[in-house]
Amino acid sequence: MARHEGRGMASVNYPIGMNLGGDPSQALIHSNPDGKFTVALSAIDLGQGMKQVSRQIAAETLGVPVEDVYVDTADSDTGPHDMGSFASRGTHRMGNAVIAAAREARGVLLEAAAEELEVNAADLVTDGRGNIHVRGAPTRSITVKATAQAAQFKQGRTIAGRGIFLLPLSAVDAETGEMNPNTAFAHACLVADVAVDDETGEVTVLRMTSAYELGRVINPRMVEQQLVGGAWMGMSHALYETPEPYYPDPAHGPRDFNEYLMPGPGDIAPYHVTVLERPAPDGPFGGKGPGEMCANPVLPAIANAVYNAVGVRVDELPITPEKILRGIKANGGVRPQPRRGGAVTWRPRDVAVPA
Amino acid sequence: MLELRKDLFADERDDTLNVVGKSVQRQDMPGHVTARTRFFDDHAFDGLLHLKVVRSPHPHARIRSIDVSAAARAPGVKRVLRAADVPVNKNTLLSLINFGKDDEPALAVDKVCYVGEPVVAVIAESEAAALAARNLVRIEYEPLTPVFDVEEALKPGAPVVNPTYPNNYFEYHERFDHQKLRFGDVEAAFARADIVIEHRYQMSPIEHAPTETNGSIAAPEHNDRYVVHTCAQGLFFSLGTTAKIVNLESNRLHFIGGTVGGGFGGKVDSLTEPLAVLGAMLTGRPVRFVLDREEEMLYGSPRGAERIYIKDGLMRDGRIVARYVRSYFDAGAYTRLSSYAAIKCTAHIPGPYWIPNVASDIHVAYTNRCPSTAMRGFGITAVDFALEVQMDRLAEAAGLDPMEFRILNAYRDGDVKPHRRVAKNTALIECVQVAAEKANWPLSDQARRQSSLVGGGTGARAEIPATVLDQRGQIGRPESRGAPATGTLPAGAMRIPLTKEPVMEGTRDGRAAPVQVPRYAPAPAPGPAGPPPAAAASRPAAPPASSAPPFYPPAPSPAPVAPPPVAPPAAPPTQHGAMRFSSVFGTRRR
Repeated sequence: MARHEGRGMASVNYPIGMNLGGDPSQALIHSNPDGKFTVALSAIDLGQGMKQVSRQIAAETLGVPVEDVYVDTADSDTGPHDMGSFASRGTHRMGNAVIAAAREARGVLLEAAAEELEVNAADLVTDGRGNIHVRGAPTRSITVKATAQAAQFKQGRTIAGRGIFLLPLSAVDAETGEMNPNTAFAHACLVADVAVDDETGEVTVLRMTSAYELGRVINPRMVEQQLVGGAWMGMSHALYETPEPYYPDPAHGPRDFNEYLMPGPGDIAPYHVTVLERPAPDGPFGGKGPGEMCANPVLPAIANAVYNAVGVRVDELPITPEKILRGIKANGGVRPQPRRGGAVTWRPRDVAVPA
Repeated sequence: MLELRKDLFADERDDTLNVVGKSVQRQDMPGHVTARTRFFDDHAFDGLLHLKVVRSPHPHARIRSIDVSAAARAPGVKRVLRAADVPVNKNTLLSLINFGKDDEPALAVDKVCYVGEPVVAVIAESEAAALAARNLVRIEYEPLTPVFDVEEALKPGAPVVNPTYPNNYFEYHERFDHQKLRFGDVEAAFARADIVIEHRYQMSPIEHAPTETNGSIAAPEHNDRYVVHTCAQGLFFSLGTTAKIVNLESNRLHFIGGTVGGGFGGKVDSLTEPLAVLGAMLTGRPVRFVLDREEEMLYGSPRGAERIYIKDGLMRDGRIVARYVRSYFDAGAYTRLSSYAAIKCTAHIPGPYWIPNVASDIHVAYTNRCPSTAMRGFGITAVDFALEVQMDRLAEAAGLDPMEFRILNAYRDGDVKPHRRVAKNTALIECVQVAAEKANWPLSDQARRQSSLVGGGTGARAEIPATVLDQRGQIGRPESRGAPATGTLPAGAMRIPLTKEPVMEGTRDGRAAPVQVPRYAPAPAPGPAGPPPAAAASRPAAPPASSAPPFYPPAPSPAPVAPPPVAPPAAPPTQHGAMRFSSVFGTRRR
């Protein structure tokens, strides 16, 4: 019995939002009399952080503190239409709709403040801490709260905004596949280090190292949770799970988590992610979306690492011990491929995941 | 810890934002970590009824008879639903955007097409009573021959899975049994390639395995409406689907959700909402329909399997000169969203690389298994697995390091992609360089000097090549699959009008954040001319082109000897307002 280490890589890109467009998102924003804002949506928070992304984008655009904004989603009586939370579209599509709504609300806010300060609204700026003042003259200021109270009880104004974002629907040519697909693409490259046991056929993922380009990062910790969780999902797709292990034979359907094989805590690999930000020209503050692509490079990187370790190509997922042992046998033994590079330049304790 | 490389592309960003880019704690975190967040199933109702469905034990069978009399008399049973009780018992999810034909019943009518297909629904005072009564429903089946393999399903004479699509494939553009991508002349390029490599890849089906299973609770409201607490991933998507199936105006449904215990694409299909609402309508009481874990695992619609064949033509210096992809999406018994994923897959090919000759044929096949649906990376995950394992093989065949091989073939700003649009905002090369550095994977100086900003959109990389066309794979004519090419589309030809692209209008506003909103630029007129040249925008961080010699200068591709060109059809008029999918591809529904 021997344990063979191997290293593989893959690089990918990913389209953000529904491929052909035609998928609108809407947002409504209004202020209460104290200058606290509510963003009404019908977007779905699946745990990915839709509420928080919308909240930070709204606060940034309004120019108010983030704690003065809450997001209310999803109630079809109060939240305007949105296609839904899928296709990596939440941050990009809804983020743009929130910007449009917040910009309209901000316009009213500044007009109301201008009336109180007896200046031109175009001369006003926000400090992001709850104050509005004349550009270059911080003492000529009014709080957002006082402005909202004046708007509500004195001026009779609603501080509110509406927003929609829509990429027009593209046609597709039947003969050539010509189309206007997505306008924003994210990118990634991932290196997987594995160990393959040539007696049991078991694969251990030792560590993963990646670089992702995601446009503007709206909230780094939420990007991290997506990329790390998604990488583990990719490991699971590559090595563990399927309801039909002998597909297309439909037999052996699993009924629960005892029968559906997924990695446990002991199987999780340390992971280091570097994030690059090349802003999307049409993204909210340049944001793209990390939601879906984070599993994609892991599958081929692990398959390529297994080949590098023992010389077996497994072209049918998942890469089970059975397939590896059959491959080793067919090759007449293990055939380790050339080593690539040296030890990684990061240590497991550098990353916020259990080593 | 996640590491941010702020030094890269710094000149393209304004990094003086107030709260965007900060790791602010989520507004929903306190509720999540103290278990006080309310999900759909945390809503209590007096008089709540429970709905369970009787599912087909057969992958393919005719229904001879259904006897629900014993179940209807069982203790606690309030109502038994059959196909005839469903007001509009045929739907396809994308009918809301007018794409594809209605092909799936809420409750099976005269045949079942997969193990687990719902046939009868039982509504009772308790889950136990509903489960007990479920066993009393008597259904007599006549088993039919099933088909499980995508390529077997497409052969003439295969059992018909889905009567709406009797050839077992989704029909594209009312013309073809697949979606085509054609760019250049792959056959001529294969003929002159030094190395041709072809392999078959198989992506497995996957279960989404969310912590919270699919479900919903529907309750009558006093104002003649129904409130629905749901885990749907698209609130209005589910509302619209439900309104259609139960035949109610959309404003009589009040959907509440937005906080979901994991979805990954498995909560787009409205698996429970229509029957829950129908149950509430027919009993006048709140009805809860939640899949148990076994149902979620087996019948909760998985990521579909995909079989992918890739053939590549490679030169000894490492340039890929041709790529042909033929793939088969396993839709299961009904369409759901597979038809859309195949289009997304088509746009993705050949991956993030510039290749001068590319073609693909993407098929959606029906088989006698649970309908598959969206899952994280829908349309892309499987083909990325296949493409990147194939890339590893090509690098080995060319004797190149896999990282260097990716950089050599990477797409760059200004390159034309096979769907005939110019690539912008690319960053693959930088990702490879950074990952290599962090993984201590040595790259040559030449590879480290490459940039996504430089070297793209030059020569052949900026041009739409003359393209060989064919009429293979016509609907109902399997013999046409091997037909010869029918002509050549001239170089530079475009048939689809460029849609208006939003551009973000940025302004600086004192110490406040720059405010950006989308403004639509006028759409450039489509025409026979090539795409607009790559924008040579000011990019001060990019090294001057002269200082970064192209890794491998793109070789001019010799013009293939082509059949006489066919005239491109007239460009369709630019549409305004709401567009319908039937008008752009797929099948007209009404």
